[in-house]
Amino acid sequence: MTTRTRVPALGAEGWFTTDDAEPALLGQRCTTCGTYAFPKADHGCPNPACAGTTFDEVPLSRRGTIWSYTDARYQPPSPYVVPTDAHEPFAIAAVELAHEGIVVMGQVVPGVSVDDLTVGQEVEVVVDVLFSDDDTDHLIWKWRPTSDGGAS
Amino acid sequence: MAGHEVAVLGVGMHPWGKWGRNFVEYGVAAARDALRDAGLPWSDVQFVSGADTMRNGYPGYVSGATFAQAMGWNGARVASSYAACASGVTAIEAARTRILAGLCDVALVVGADTTPKGFLAPNAGDRPTDPDWLRFRLIGATNPTYFALAARRRMDLHGATSTDFAKVKVKNAANGLANPNARYQKAVTVDDVLASPVVADPLHLLEICATSDGGAAVVLTSLEYARRHAGSAGAPVRVAAVSTVTPTYPKTIVDLPDLATDSSAVVAAPELRFKASIAHAAYEEAGIGPEDLSLAEVYDLSTALELDWYEDIGLCKVGEAERLLNDGDTSLGGRIPVNPSGGLASFGEAVPAQAIAQVCEVTWQLRGQATGRQVEGATTGLTANQGLFGHGSSVLLTR
Repeated sequence: MTTRTRVPALGAEGWFTTDDAEPALLGQRCTTCGTYAFPKADHGCPNPACAGTTFDEVPLSRRGTIWSYTDARYQPPSPYVVPTDAHEPFAIAAVELAHEGIVVMGQVVPGVSVDDLTVGQEVEVVVDVLFSDDDTDHLIWKWRPTSDGGAS
Repeated sequence: MAGHEVAVLGVGMHPWGKWGRNFVEYGVAAARDALRDAGLPWSDVQFVSGADTMRNGYPGYVSGATFAQAMGWNGARVASSYAACASGVTAIEAARTRILAGLCDVALVVGADTTPKGFLAPNAGDRPTDPDWLRFRLIGATNPTYFALAARRRMDLHGATSTDFAKVKVKNAANGLANPNARYQKAVTVDDVLASPVVADPLHLLEICATSDGGAAVVLTSLEYARRHAGSAGAPVRVAAVSTVTPTYPKTIVDLPDLATDSSAVVAAPELRFKASIAHAAYEEAGIGPEDLSLAEVYDLSTALELDWYEDIGLCKVGEAERLLNDGDTSLGGRIPVNPSGGLASFGEAVPAQAIAQVCEVTWQLRGQATGRQVEGATTGLTANQGLFGHGSSVLLTR
């Protein structure tokens, strides 16, 4: 029996932990002004009033509320990789993380459609397969409605 | 800021469509049309400002020179601008500032595009540090994804309905019927819109602008040159202000092509969101306010985005756009017609030409030449648009 390799999708290396129990997005907090950045700020603090160049890597809040949502009824063009034989529509949410004051987009886990979503609903981050090839699963963060949060 | 005006001496367009020919052909046709309209020979042009197309290989990346060569090298100075959907206004700004600096009297601004079928997509090859590549790869987020996020937000915040959104398309399609440069000259009903397939919930196919081929050009001159040249043609249309502002940190609305917003944890969000700051800067520069407008041409990439623009250019308070639409205020004959050209709903988008085309339409309107779609007595018009990666784009025109 072969073991599948699990790696973050190309471009998202270091963007999230793959802790099975409690995965989290990894952002940055400026050690000078305290502002957050996700994805990580490559060229210094994004706050124009701050000259900071050093950051702490911080896990972002695992839960947030839906700021807005939509879905992809048609197959997106390359470089999107269709994970199944034929395109299956998937939902996309933009999720507000209150503590960090950031809205982060992401796919919603399979099986959840726009009919199951509302603005303000609580969701949590999970790590899921974006697509697979040969013996490798390419991983990405997705949003999943919380079992205890429900629709607001 | 009186004294900072330039004249629009000529405007021209190549009709929008899906012609499938070389973009240079559309640009040259539009440029010759604009020069004819201005009554100027090509040899009098001292500065060529091109708006780039980034999907058609090498010539598109240096569009100013491409157009100049195609028209026959005449030794003019040249620049090429890329600011995605805002490229046209960035090119206009390069020309305007060169004239205002006294470095030339006559400038030609040209943008043209040939578009592929289907979703706009990033360049080929793995480019994992490019946000425009990442949003497709990591999320499958197309342009309509972002339009739909904004639309759903309007529904949730302001109670907008799919019928409200569809009425924007119905209005713009009706305006486009009389525009010979529009790609679609066909009336649609609310039922037609709602019966078209959903692309990105809640937006239907007929609510999302297509990608089109087309070309647009304007001839800008100093006011003094225009006075000497225009003769009996009457007062020329004037560019009162151009806004090419970037966002102010923190940008808290998810926008193409970003995967996340800035953080508002430490620095509070600015009073005006980015889209609202674009026209605001133009009003400030000209000392003209939204109450002075006769019409506006705004970037209706989707039906719902047109409603956002009503608020962002100050036609009404936040949350009142649906009422403005439903009261007929933004229809032809209404208090402040929006997109009398038919908008992107009737044109589809030819990226580097579109912001220039907006200026062409406002110019025709202010001259009283917009046959079949004329806003009576128009004296002041605004264009508004936003380009990928944080490019504001707005032009205030008066006559």
